[in-house]
Amino acid sequence: MQGDNISYVRTKMLPEATPPVSQQGIVKWVRENLFSSWLNAILTVASIAAVYYVLSGFLPWAISPTWSGTSLANCRDILSEAGRVDDHGTHGACWGVIRDRWEQLMFGFYPNDSYWRPTTALVLFLISILPVLFTSLPRKLLIGTAVAPLILFWLIWGGSLWTPITVGVGFVLGAAAFKIGSDRSGLIVAVLASLLVTILFWLFLSGPIATVLGKVIPIYLEPVRSKDIGGFMLAVIIGLAGIVLSLPLGILLALGRSSDMWIVNKLSTGFIEVIRGVPLIVWLFTASLLLNYFLPPGTTFDLMLRVIIMVTLFSAAYIAEVVRGGLAALAKGQYEAADSLGLDYWKSMRLVVLPQALKISIPGIVNTFIGLFKDTTLVMFIGLFDPLGLISAIRATTDWNGVYWELYVFIAIVFFIFCYSMGRYSLYLERKLRREHR
Amino acid sequence: MAYSDSERDGFRLSQLIYDSRYRAITIQAVTLALVVAGIFWLIMNARNNLAALGLTPSLDFLSNPAGYDIAFYLIPYDSQMSHGRAAFVGILNTLLVASLGCVTATIVGVLVGVLRLSNNWVVSRLMAVYVEGFRNVPLVLWILLFFAVLSESTPAPRAFKPDENGVSQASMYLSDSFAFTNRGVYTPAPVWSDGSGWLVAVFILSIIGAIYYRRYARKLLFDTGRLLPMAWPALLILVVPALLAYFVLGRPVTLDYPTLGGFNFKGGLNIPNSLLALWLALTVYTGAFIAEIVRAGVLSVSNGQTEAAFALGLRPNRTMSLVVLPQAMRVIIPPLISQFLNLTKNSSLAIAVSYPDVRATLGGITLNQTGRALECMLLLGLFYLILSLAISLVMNIVNNRMKLRER
Repeated sequence: MQGDNISYVRTKMLPEATPPVSQQGIVKWVRENLFSSWLNAILTVASIAAVYYVLSGFLPWAISPTWSGTSLANCRDILSEAGRVDDHGTHGACWGVIRDRWEQLMFGFYPNDSYWRPTTALVLFLISILPVLFTSLPRKLLIGTAVAPLILFWLIWGGSLWTPITVGVGFVLGAAAFKIGSDRSGLIVAVLASLLVTILFWLFLSGPIATVLGKVIPIYLEPVRSKDIGGFMLAVIIGLAGIVLSLPLGILLALGRSSDMWIVNKLSTGFIEVIRGVPLIVWLFTASLLLNYFLPPGTTFDLMLRVIIMVTLFSAAYIAEVVRGGLAALAKGQYEAADSLGLDYWKSMRLVVLPQALKISIPGIVNTFIGLFKDTTLVMFIGLFDPLGLISAIRATTDWNGVYWELYVFIAIVFFIFCYSMGRYSLYLERKLRREHR
Repeated sequence: MAYSDSERDGFRLSQLIYDSRYRAITIQAVTLALVVAGIFWLIMNARNNLAALGLTPSLDFLSNPAGYDIAFYLIPYDSQMSHGRAAFVGILNTLLVASLGCVTATIVGVLVGVLRLSNNWVVSRLMAVYVEGFRNVPLVLWILLFFAVLSESTPAPRAFKPDENGVSQASMYLSDSFAFTNRGVYTPAPVWSDGSGWLVAVFILSIIGAIYYRRYARKLLFDTGRLLPMAWPALLILVVPALLAYFVLGRPVTLDYPTLGGFNFKGGLNIPNSLLALWLALTVYTGAFIAEIVRAGVLSVSNGQTEAAFALGLRPNRTMSLVVLPQAMRVIIPPLISQFLNLTKNSSLAIAVSYPDVRATLGGITLNQTGRALECMLLLGLFYLILSLAISLVMNIVNNRMKLRER
């Protein structure tokens, strides 16, 4: 039959056709990502509309040739020269206020000729934390890190150099007493001895020694009062001091709360719950209004120091809870393994438990730090001049009366940069530490 | 006996330090002694200082007339009433803004958290920008910013007054019901007249009825496999009796519209801008945190669970509601409640916009007028502490309920 010869199957391959336009390239991506369903299409259009609405309102205002403006009136002149006038007056931001008040926003009322001091302090601080952040650097550098806070204190507050040095000597003496005590007898004796030596030295010796040395070799910086410190410098000082001090305290509290000792456990729990249960602003008011009631008559206490103590206690309680989560998440076998090796409590914590528990709690700890840094803005309510508190001071001058959106935007951006980069660093740290697990 | 315990023979003092059996007792005793001594020292100082000032701690001032006005109150208040009443007004204001904030922040947070997981590139990017933007800027700044927007970009009440040509600069919305002014938002207020109690009772009964109907339908489904419609009958039970009662009782609830009288609005409900700004800021700020919690919760349910549900033949909706969500909720709920706790405490930032919360009345004006800083701060701290502990208690109960039941 003739039909048998007809091939039903194609013997030659068809040339490859290009996929339809809707299935490749950007069109495919748009179809699949943005318009895959009715709901998605509506959402896409709505989001684009929202972005357009916000940007069309913000950008024409923000892009404004007023960087050189010297006062609000001057800014308005510049804007009306540029033809940016409508029925409601000139339209555009007045960025001159940032240029004009830049130093005040950074340093508050710190003496103009001493701006180099906080700047140097910041650089010194950044150098001194390098050995903490990067473990590949030689460990000897940590000694510098330990000394740095005293020098930073001297640079910022001024006064005689010998005051911080004698304070540092107190620490060294305490450490020596601890070493001798722990070699001779037990841990408790060592702790008590070091506390006793340090406190006695500070109470009776450090003051006279500093005075005498200050007379013999005067190294002296112009003292600056705490209430002159303001702006982002204040936020950074309170934030960093709080961060550095609250981490060890928080870890101790967490250990206390997960301890078997009933009294220690209940005391830590009570402390943590009371501190966490009350808003920071109430604690700050307590520090500024009430602290004098609880101290011997005549004691004066620097307001900034009180704030730092309160902020430290507050974030220590939060860190304690985060670390406790890390301690609880650790497998029980780790504790038992450390015990079976014969390690005592502190060694098992330091060498086995805490390194793992802290690693788990890094995101939480960094979140607490970010919260602490943001909370430094609350000091404006007790009369310190943080960046937000400076807004009213700046608006009180005749030049800048009536300007504030620009300041809000600027401060928000600076805070965003600080907090966002801290968050990114925590993500980086988390990823870096997880890699070792593989 | 082969072994004898020589240590039992005598107790040496040094065992208190070196023997791990007794050392715990020593440490605790020393700690307790130090803490008690410290507290005693503080209390003695406080007593001496107060005595030097001629003050004795007492709470009598709470019953004295307050003598100041509060801009916004939920229960009747005037300046002749006591400091205690003023404190209570403040407590209610705090609770109001905190509960409003918790509800809206949850809604915003869940929406944003889910949308951030969407495949839609534009939407998920936008939500990421929202979350990062609001999380990383201090809450005080948001409160101040919202307050500035509300009070600077809205007209004064007198702008609503028609000028000689009968044209006013600003107009109300929704047939003269809502007015946005720099003094706050004016909305219609419900007026509860005689018989409105019955209406409320009927409505509550119909809510209970709707719940029972759903339960019955579900039981029927599980027992016999018969599927009753759930949504529309429940809605009918909810709405029809209340509507009937409304007309039978002769419209007991009416709306009082704000009207312009003189240079200000009269009647209606005035929601001050301070409350709105605080509420908005708390909502968007906490919403950003809740969004991250929701996202983490949904992501924590492993892909295998979804695949297993699909393999069982469940449809995507059912997979979400029966498999993914119950497991995600276990991760979401504890941090969600602690966000509520944060929001409640953050409501004390009302100080930034002078919203009269408990810190402003009890810890602000009352404190300044009576000079009783110690008592006021103590009461204030106690209020927040009790509130926090109550919320923590709820959290613990929920945690125990949601815990994985393991064999």
